[in-house]
Amino acid sequence: MTVSRFRTILYTIVAIVALAGLADATYLTVQALTGETLSCGGSPDCFRVLGSSYGKLGGIPVALLGALAYFTVFTFATFAAFGYSWAPKFVALIAGAMFLATLWFLYVQAFLLHAYCRYCLFSAALTFLIAGLLIAVPPSRRGSAA
Amino acid sequence: MKRYLPFIIVVGVGLATFGSGAMLYHTKHSQLQAIPEDKALSADTSSESMHVRGNPNAPVTLEEFGDFQCPPCGSFAAFAEEVLKEYDSRVRLVFHSFPLSAHEHAREASLAAEAAGLQGHFWEMHDVLYREQAAWSKAPNARELFESYAGTIGLNVDQFKKDMDGEQAKARVDADKARGESLGINLTPTIYINGQPVDPKDKNPEGVRAAINAALAGKPHA
Repeated sequence: MTVSRFRTILYTIVAIVALAGLADATYLTVQALTGETLSCGGSPDCFRVLGSSYGKLGGIPVALLGALAYFTVFTFATFAAFGYSWAPKFVALIAGAMFLATLWFLYVQAFLLHAYCRYCLFSAALTFLIAGLLIAVPPSRRGSAA
Repeated sequence: MKRYLPFIIVVGVGLATFGSGAMLYHTKHSQLQAIPEDKALSADTSSESMHVRGNPNAPVTLEEFGDFQCPPCGSFAAFAEEVLKEYDSRVRLVFHSFPLSAHEHAREASLAAEAAGLQGHFWEMHDVLYREQAAWSKAPNARELFESYAGTIGLNVDQFKKDMDGEQAKARVDADKARGESLGINLTPTIYINGQPVDPKDKNPEGVRAAINAALAGKPHA
């Protein structure tokens, strides 16, 4: 398998993982917008996590920001998979920011709220997976633009 | 064509996500609108079957119509307990059974709670039912579990069994259900603070605390 093909496969997987994250974050966004944080799939702790003051940033549900982030990663990973040379650095940038945000939210759940929302943990796992996949992407040779 | 393919994929996924999100929002929003936000509870909260936890003379009453088999109600029960500790003697909790027909064992659980209440242990059974919700909800014979819970919390189990089948427990459950239905309730938990319904959007720790604080300050909550 050539390095280029390997990169394409990895970015395709990143895009698919980002799609799963997008679905998860979209569901949580709808829950937050309708005020249905109580019935987060029957998980008792969702109420504590999503309904807490950490569930919003400047009045905007964090889940909505997450959905936008996943969509951005999906977009750039798709372009990267199609060989657009400018895309990988944006994927890495957004995924890096998401990784840091995920660490913060895990800290909030573990040490400040003492409650875990299963959808948030699923999202955290996806973000870590994306970060791992991006680390595994071999460096590109210059001038491989589509 | 390949040149445009990533654009087509991204736009397609964006539209599909937005569309499905909007549909989900619309579905949930319509359900929530069914809750009567304009209906306040009447002042008649002194019926015999009323279950009160906390200071009976507290200035703020947090009133819940709940279904023992509904997971969100379980979440709310844990939160309500926190609220009672946090606000100490300033808040009391009133619970009304509102078993939804969609939940197989909900009515039986309500009868179990009322039967325990006839022996003066409503809240102990209330707590056990929510704590063990995941176990009995899926059990083929939930009643056996309810009877074991009755034994665990120190009830006279024979009396408990009789009361579960008795008219008094049934009448209490029916009265609560009828009261909820008269208010147009069709979702649980539905929460009132000092007789005013809590907006579904505020059914979260922040929203409920804000409504309680407003009630304590003597202001109507949003």
